[in-house]
Amino acid sequence: MMCDFLFSLVCTGEIFELKAELNSDKKEKKKEAVKKVIASMTVGKDVSALFPDVVNCMQTDNLELKKLVYLYLMNYAKSQPDMAIMAVNTFVKDCEDPNPLIRALAVRTMGCIRVDKITEYLCEPLRKCLKDEDPYVRKTAAVCVAKLHDINAQLVEDQGFLDTLKDLISDSNPMVVANAVAALSEIAESHPNSNLLDLNPQTINKLLTALNECTEWGQIFILDCLANYTPRDDRESQSICERVTPRLSHANSAVVLSAVKVLMKFMEMLPKDLDYYGTLLKKLAPPLVTLLSAEPELQYVALRNINLIVQRRPEILKHEMKVFFVKYNDPIYVKLEKLDIMIRLASQANIAQVLAELKEYATEVDVDFVRKAVRAIGRCAIKVEQSAERCVSTLLDLIQTKVNYVVQEAIVVIKDIFRKYPNKYESVIATLCENLDSLDEPEARAAMIWIVGEYAERIDNADELLESFLEGFHDESTQVQLQLLTAIVKLFLKKPTETQELVQQVLSLATQDSDNPDLRDRGYIYWRLLSTDPVAAKEVVLAEKPLISEETDLIEPTLLEELICHIGTLASVYHKPPSAFVEGSRGVQHKRLPGSAGSGESVESPDTGSAAGVSEAPPAVIPSQGDLLGDLLNLDLTPPTTTGPPPPASSGMQMGAMDLLGGGLDSLMGTGFGAPPAAMPASFNVPVSGGLDDLFDLGGGVGMPMGVFNPPKTVWLPAMKAKGLEISGTFVRRAGVIQMEMTLTNKAMSVMTDFAIQFNRNSFGLAPAGPLQVLTPLSPNQSIEAALPLSTVGPVMKMEPLNNLQVAVKNNIDVFYFSCQYPISMLFAEDGKMERQVFLATWKDIPNDNESQFQIKDCHLNSDAASNKLQGSNIFTIAKRTVEGQDMLYQSMKLTNGIWVLAELRVQAGNPNYTISLKCRAPEVSQCVFQNYEMVLKN
Amino acid sequence: MIGGLFIYNHKGEVLISRVYRDDIGYVSMEQSFGWKMRNAVDAFRVNVIHARQQVRSPVTNIARTSFFHVKRSNIWLAAVTKQNVNAAMVFEFLYKMCDVMTAYFGKISEENIKNNFVLIYELLDEILDFGYPQNSETGALKTFITQQGIKGQTKEEQSQITSQVTGQIGWRREGIKYRRNELFLDVLESVNLLMSPQGQVLSAHVSGRVVMKSYLSGMPECKFGMNDKIVIDKQGKGAASDDAGKSGKQSIAIDDCTFHQCVRLSKFDSERSISFIPPDGEYELMRYRTTKDIILPFRVIPLVREVGRTKLEVKVVIKSNFKPSLLAQKIEVRIPTPLNTSGVQVICMKGKAKYKASENAIVWKIKRMAGMKESQISAEIELLPTNDKKKWARPPISMNFEVPFAPSGLKVRYLKVFESKLNYSDHDVIKWVRYIGRSGIYETRC
Repeated sequence: MMCDFLFSLVCTGEIFELKAELNSDKKEKKKEAVKKVIASMTVGKDVSALFPDVVNCMQTDNLELKKLVYLYLMNYAKSQPDMAIMAVNTFVKDCEDPNPLIRALAVRTMGCIRVDKITEYLCEPLRKCLKDEDPYVRKTAAVCVAKLHDINAQLVEDQGFLDTLKDLISDSNPMVVANAVAALSEIAESHPNSNLLDLNPQTINKLLTALNECTEWGQIFILDCLANYTPRDDRESQSICERVTPRLSHANSAVVLSAVKVLMKFMEMLPKDLDYYGTLLKKLAPPLVTLLSAEPELQYVALRNINLIVQRRPEILKHEMKVFFVKYNDPIYVKLEKLDIMIRLASQANIAQVLAELKEYATEVDVDFVRKAVRAIGRCAIKVEQSAERCVSTLLDLIQTKVNYVVQEAIVVIKDIFRKYPNKYESVIATLCENLDSLDEPEARAAMIWIVGEYAERIDNADELLESFLEGFHDESTQVQLQLLTAIVKLFLKKPTETQELVQQVLSLATQDSDNPDLRDRGYIYWRLLSTDPVAAKEVVLAEKPLISEETDLIEPTLLEELICHIGTLASVYHKPPSAFVEGSRGVQHKRLPGSAGSGESVESPDTGSAAGVSEAPPAVIPSQGDLLGDLLNLDLTPPTTTGPPPPASSGMQMGAMDLLGGGLDSLMGTGFGAPPAAMPASFNVPVSGGLDDLFDLGGGVGMPMGVFNPPKTVWLPAMKAKGLEISGTFVRRAGVIQMEMTLTNKAMSVMTDFAIQFNRNSFGLAPAGPLQVLTPLSPNQSIEAALPLSTVGPVMKMEPLNNLQVAVKNNIDVFYFSCQYPISMLFAEDGKMERQVFLATWKDIPNDNESQFQIKDCHLNSDAASNKLQGSNIFTIAKRTVEGQDMLYQSMKLTNGIWVLAELRVQAGNPNYTISLKCRAPEVSQCVFQNYEMVLKN
Repeated sequence: MIGGLFIYNHKGEVLISRVYRDDIGYVSMEQSFGWKMRNAVDAFRVNVIHARQQVRSPVTNIARTSFFHVKRSNIWLAAVTKQNVNAAMVFEFLYKMCDVMTAYFGKISEENIKNNFVLIYELLDEILDFGYPQNSETGALKTFITQQGIKGQTKEEQSQITSQVTGQIGWRREGIKYRRNELFLDVLESVNLLMSPQGQVLSAHVSGRVVMKSYLSGMPECKFGMNDKIVIDKQGKGAASDDAGKSGKQSIAIDDCTFHQCVRLSKFDSERSISFIPPDGEYELMRYRTTKDIILPFRVIPLVREVGRTKLEVKVVIKSNFKPSLLAQKIEVRIPTPLNTSGVQVICMKGKAKYKASENAIVWKIKRMAGMKESQISAEIELLPTNDKKKWARPPISMNFEVPFAPSGLKVRYLKVFESKLNYSDHDVIKWVRYIGRSGIYETRC
């Protein structure tokens, strides 16, 4: 097989052979040789050495050969910029070719060659092509503007290409319009505040006209763009909806989903009493159902989106339960999603059917799916009261199967059912107790122990049961240990006479033999309570528990609103805002739904219809262990230092802050906030509503000069180690304020509340400048962004490594510890630019022993770019000298504790390895500073 | 938008790689094809292709890079991006890419891809620009991506190509001529059923497709009509009442339908009429879904009895439920057996039945069966004693068949062809209509 030969070739010897073939006189031979080159490029072999020979083949009238050479160029031009210039002439010539296909090919390829020198030559041909008589060339040129913008945004603006691109929206050819819209939307994303995509009724009208005529892909571009428009009133909104609805019958699922996005968004503006509103709701259901007969991958995307739509507007699909029934041959990812939606749609009307299905699923093969099905039965019981009894009996049937994971999952959900309907189903406890031995997962063990403790008075041998757990106390996970401790104390309070010995045993195990501070603390609290005031102990421990909420796993309303604006996109698949997974400025804008204008209702409350209790979750949710405990732990957390930062604000203070965030910001300074005033209010808290968000955006824009490098978030605390709480974070410095930005994710099944944070003493005295602001309880599967401003006036202790930071985070469940390292540039002050003279003197003054030298490898910036980048991190270039083609940059930076670091950076053109010398009176910091250089320059 | 597109073989070796955007972690060829992109490529191989468990999601996020993949036989197509792209569009594009490749060189296999890699690169260059999908209609593409070179085109030909690729009717070129104007309509339905052991219909729907093969000259304007309830009711109101009574019975309620991009959707939305200029050759005109009044061609009545711990008795009756004059074909009933089956004895009245140990099922095949008939199979299954606590999951009994009618009841009423410029009329067009109903997922729980 010739092609297998093609794919297997290219050792060094063969490069020469190829070279000869490329320079052959015969056209066919030449072409074959280029093919071979492309083949080896594909499999990852280095054929860059052939650059000049391949480029020589470019001058040809054979279009196929030309395309191959272009493909090669696109891949290798950047590594050989000087050689790539050789190609420019041909490109420019091709842009004038009488054949429109060749003109388009040239302009398309030129945009893909990301070499600065080439882009300069691109401008003139591009300008011509944008006004070409042939639509094929114009549509290609439109995309090329976006390409050029990606390489050099300034150039595009200076050359006025943006205006030309805007003109193309009125082009007579629908595909040109679509591509222009796509290009403009992309460019607009990186300029959030520019009014680039100036959407007004006239342009909207043009877009809607083009919508009927362009290709399926063009329709998607246009619909996605329309979704960013906010109509002026309900009438305009309705007229756009009317013109978009026909798209729901398109064969392309992406067109359908994008149309759904536009409709879901604009529907917000329609008054609910309008007939059209009802019609629209009815029209939305069938296309959504049809999406489920698409290929499995698309079904998955559709189901993830339907999950959002059902949360926002349950009425659309409330009669369509059956289509979400799982088919035996569905891929597992489709099965899991369908199950999720089934539970959301479950209601009194269809619960019988749903339960029958769930029971069927619980006997399937895939463990995850079975678990989810069992859990779903429990959720049905909690959601639909009338069905609780049947659910419980179904669960009991399942327990009888003795399949280990089914039993465990069932016990976990039965615990919740007991919580929801106290004193109703306790008759099943006996059956549960039979399965005690088979429980090996912490969650199930903890659930069982909770049940035994809660109903200790009805279980004759409760003490024996709990005692059996106590034997292996130290091997249990913390979750089980805590639960066991509480359960035994409950038992003692209920049956004090027989269980005195047991309670003493568990208290001593928890307080004396355990390393876990949380367990120890709880043990001591119980101990003191029991020994000082048993009556109070009873009131505390056996207090009535708050109700648990009906709906779980709901997406937080503001996030849901944002995700609705992203229907069809990756964000809607991940159920995360784009900012969580997109780097850079793109997608950072938070989209939100427009408020309804029509019927005087202000912003429509997010819990339409049956999904009550969605919005202000706090009162309905379980603060499982009681607040008292949380507060006590809170106290314990405060470090015993005198010089430290102000202690975490009391709860009263937090309430104040909450008000502030909701209302006017101006009164902030008046509240006597303990934090240093430098902390910018806007950056305090991310997930809040309304004007604050805008302010935050603004803050981001102002505080970020060009080239600031902020390391991406990394996982500091994995969920495994913290009972389901995952913390990832990073450090940023904005306008002189150091901030710790964290994403807290709840991967556990219960709600998390009462967050607080403390730092250990560290090298530069970093300390929280205010309390950790997590206002809403964190529901399962939800993430929240928190920004914690830091001060540098905390207690100091030298750490190893120097930039190490040890952190303790507390929530209602436990206290967790982790350590992370901050980039030292967080500590570089804005006033770190030294006077030239001072620099010279200091450099001489610092002894040579304090100088350390490092190499930074593989860095491809020129000295100016490097200097710019570093400046973003407050590393200031004081002087630049060029000696024998080597650029020497003299730089200074100042740490927050007043230490100056001086640097000399040597950059040689063409050599990717930089040399850096650092001088500082405290030479310990050099290593950290070097690492920081490396990090900034390479990102 | 899409940052890059890769095609892998089953071993995870890259067959095709096309990078559209640097942001997917790859800045041109540093040395040897850029190690960073290799990282992305490798990440996908390690995390998805070589992953031990089955695929948990068609979208994978590895190191802040999203990978969309579809699999065709043992070839993986992966689109890579770092942005918040339109996910549905990416998958639609990947499917379309598969269609285009199939149209050019047949089956998507490693060998075909290797043999046509130059063509694939050329296609990828054309249908995806900077990650934005462009015109991907095979009809249009084939006019200028030919692998033969497009020398010797006149200026008119060139501009005809470009106007077709970018134009309003991108799916059809001008100047098509046939001696005989002919068209074929296939109504292909797949009927899906999930039935409880007691014979209660848990869910049933028909998903149908109207596939058209058109061999028509010029730019014909077509109008398609079927017994859609909404249309007939509308007409019924205007026309004589006896007509309404007659047609009302035969009309069907279509839950939802989607159309090929040639159909004027706004016209369908306002008048519910289906008018279009068809592509040349074979294409799918519409898809639809119905759930009401479905004719279920077969009914499966299972009876499973556990006799002690080592024996299982199964009896299955199938009944055909359509006009006796019609014949169903390719009937196959698949009865699952437990994993610890040691032996099976089957007796069936009609057709052939076999126990297939490798598939854990008894497969019963009947070549033909007329309507309103009944047939039965009984089997004794011997089981090995096990101490496996887990109960047998009892997968549903599934069925395959083909019937010569549309289980939804859909009927084609007309397909009119108008071509004003050429002198042929609707009467001169030879039209063929065929109905085929097949089983989709046709399952009965036992």
